Amino acid sequence: MLLRHTSTEVKEREGLTINPAKTCQPIGAMYAALGIHGCLPHSHGSQGCCSYHRSTLTRHYKEPVMAATSSFTEGASVFGGQANLLAAIETIFAVYDPDIIAVHSTCLSETIGDDLQQITRKANDDGKIPEGKHVIFASTPSFIGSHVTGYANMVAGMADQFTVSTGEKKNQINIIAGWMEPSDMREIKRISQELGVKIVLFPDTSDVLDAPMTGKHEFYPKGGTTVEELKSTGDSLSSLALGCISAEPAAIALEKKCKVPFETLDIPIGLSATDRFIMALSKAGSVTVPDTITADRGRLVDVMADMEQYLYGKKVALFGDPDQLIPLTEFLLDLNMKPVHIVSGTPGQRFEKRMHQILETRAPGTNFKNGIGADMFLLHQWMKNEPVDLLIGNTYGKYMARDEDVPFIRFGFPILDRIGHSYFPSVGYSGGLRLLEKILTAILDRQDRDALEEKFELVM
Amino acid sequence: MPGGSLIAKQHFIFKGVEAMEHIGILEGRQKQIFEKKSGVEQVDISCDTSSLSGSVSQRACVFCGSRVVLYPVADALHLVHGPIGCAAYTWDIRGAVSSGPELHRLSFSTDLQEMDVIYGGEKKLYHSLIELIEQYKPKAAFIYSTCIVGLIGDDIEAVCRKVAKETGIPVLPVHSEGFKGTKKDGYKAACLALMKLIGTGSIENISKQSINILGEFNLAGEAWLIKAYYEKMGIEVVATLTGDGRIDAVRRAHGATLNVVQCSGSMTWLAKEMEEKYGIPYIRVSYFGIEDMSKSLYDVAKHFPDHPEIMEAAKEVVSEEVKKLYPQLQKFKKALTGKKAAIYVGGAFKTFSLIKALRSIGMSVVLAGSQTGNKDDYARLKEMCDEGTVIVDDSNPVELSKFILEKEADLLIGGVKERPIAFKLGIGFCDHNHERKIPLAGFIGMYNFALEVYQSVMSPVWQFAPRKGGSL
Repeated sequence: MLLRHTSTEVKEREGLTINPAKTCQPIGAMYAALGIHGCLPHSHGSQGCCSYHRSTLTRHYKEPVMAATSSFTEGASVFGGQANLLAAIETIFAVYDPDIIAVHSTCLSETIGDDLQQITRKANDDGKIPEGKHVIFASTPSFIGSHVTGYANMVAGMADQFTVSTGEKKNQINIIAGWMEPSDMREIKRISQELGVKIVLFPDTSDVLDAPMTGKHEFYPKGGTTVEELKSTGDSLSSLALGCISAEPAAIALEKKCKVPFETLDIPIGLSATDRFIMALSKAGSVTVPDTITADRGRLVDVMADMEQYLYGKKVALFGDPDQLIPLTEFLLDLNMKPVHIVSGTPGQRFEKRMHQILETRAPGTNFKNGIGADMFLLHQWMKNEPVDLLIGNTYGKYMARDEDVPFIRFGFPILDRIGHSYFPSVGYSGGLRLLEKILTAILDRQDRDALEEKFELVM
Repeated sequence: MPGGSLIAKQHFIFKGVEAMEHIGILEGRQKQIFEKKSGVEQVDISCDTSSLSGSVSQRACVFCGSRVVLYPVADALHLVHGPIGCAAYTWDIRGAVSSGPELHRLSFSTDLQEMDVIYGGEKKLYHSLIELIEQYKPKAAFIYSTCIVGLIGDDIEAVCRKVAKETGIPVLPVHSEGFKGTKKDGYKAACLALMKLIGTGSIENISKQSINILGEFNLAGEAWLIKAYYEKMGIEVVATLTGDGRIDAVRRAHGATLNVVQCSGSMTWLAKEMEEKYGIPYIRVSYFGIEDMSKSLYDVAKHFPDHPEIMEAAKEVVSEEVKKLYPQLQKFKKALTGKKAAIYVGGAFKTFSLIKALRSIGMSVVLAGSQTGNKDDYARLKEMCDEGTVIVDDSNPVELSKFILEKEADLLIGGVKERPIAFKLGIGFCDHNHERKIPLAGFIGMYNFALEVYQSVMSPVWQFAPRKGGSL
């Protein structure tokens, strides 16, 4: 019982987080930046930040993750990190030769007051940025928001600092990816192609963090949204932002800068959210939905019908990031399951509002909390007070699942102990089918394990 | 301060050492790389420096150093004072096994927010500590300062004193602000905290034939193996610092007769302090490989010349273990003879043992490097290595890939960030850092190590992979 200390009595805590359901901004910025082709993320802070982020991403993807650091020292934190960053920019272009450097700040550089905009401008003025190369940045202080905020800030930075509107519209739609896996991004591109809509997806970590083995260590793998594509987003007909927290800020930035109208959708996880995505995309691209997509949808609904008897009323606890939890909760309700506890460490009222919308008529008694105090300790306490049939969340859920002997599905970030998330999508109808398969397998395996011999069934 | 930053893409000359072409080695890094060649001037490798700004360094920070050293103390509270990341990334990442309490495997953070950065985080720290100590009843508490705590000026010492007074347990600040040096400085900050505990417990009934095991973190249960060998020799182990660590044992550590230091980088400082303050001498050992493992038992036995039975027992342990182990290794040796290895690990001392261990299973080492080796370490490495071996300090993925390909290594030994690089290059890998799953120390550890290397190097998967830079 690793979590033997978890008490059932839920008390208000004064600013103390136990077993967090979030991490800090910079890792989100680093992940987003890896979705630009030929980009080297750069961490403007101490060496440890960069090392931790690379290690965590490496553990999650089992892929090499490249990023540079300003390697702050005592001197830098007294005199400011400008000299470090300028030297770093020069070094990186000279040695690692990326197309773009995407700089994000850290709690340290934010606290000492380094201004990334001013420093990158100076780098440009001093001729440290070679012709045709770029430096973009995002301010990502670790003491505000969470890793999701950092992702959103870096993606907004891409939109804000790259795009140019030439005045000539292009027949294409921007899809701004909220925090999702490379497999999900690949699936979004496939669906768009199936629909016949030309899109620019950004960021795009497919073929970066799910790269095949080639016998070489590709410092810049072949995937990622290119600079040209990013620039062209200013001329697109419209943008679809997938995720009100992780993607919408970029859509707003694009609208502001290049007057590209946008619509914000949930990440298309599960049936309803995918329906809305397909409708929105077909409308934006002025296409009709092809039969192949309709058939995909039909297959998902078919399985939902086939197996409904095993899903009804099953209680679920889930934790993770808001843009995933919103559509996932809706999907669980569509499956006739019962989400009872929901926790996200990421603060923000958008999440609260959306959850209210989804839950108020269909599951009004659900416990949910986000932001300060919403950690896995709280979730575990809730689970002790009202036990569940299934737990869904990132790898850290395994402690609770073991202690409470609850079936557990790994979903979210980070997943450090299983594979699959980078290769099999959770978005779209086929992603929904995969999630449903996982849910059913978890529930039925448990039923088999616990069944009395006479009740142990062959056909289920 | 940031160093030079120009590139030497081709044919640069490295103080008389033949050029290493087509590289892309940072100019400021040339002195941190060395290739052993006969007939050329031997230069000192440059180390103990901070990494160059803009390099894709594999190194971590001061906090990381402190955290890994203190983490295995299982009945202590480990509270990270700072924004959430530092606590999140170090939550149960190290398989430092405990035989009892497991408080160290949870993640506690003051989760500092913007307002705390402006108005200070002392109050939050105080309340967090009081709440946690009440709930978890730890034997002591370690409070880790992270980068911004050093900047916003929280008086951690004062808060710790106050809480210690109110709760009656030792509450120890660890000054591990990330930017205040390298990982090594973090080791020292951790040792400083340990020094405050040592000397506060009763040393009654401690045998004269006793030791402390320093720098052994009980990854995969390694400290238990080592402890068992010493106990078989009739030696009392007073404290293990810090593997399967307990506060009460740490407090009694000054009662031991000898300190036995593995992982020199992290614990030599503590050993020296204890020598000065308590007159306890120390020796450096390594538990990897037959040769070094045996030596670490003999060296301890030699310290007790009045008790020849200890040496007798040590000889018996070694002979018994080696008799079992030696025949088992031959199968691996047969398969692995002539294969080449690259080593890039945290401490240099470990590299020495690995070179010997690899030789004992027929493998040669073509690249040897560490994140935190010092001058003496590198001098010794140079002596030990074969000709043509490349030696690096604080390397990066580009260099590592380059040397692995050029030197045609079949195996990389490293940590989490190095693993996928090895696999992408189509060569075997052995994790000799935090993520090892089986004990690699001790005699049984040598068997496990050989098995792991054998499994990975000889895996059929490499037959399906375009190997070594793309040619099948």
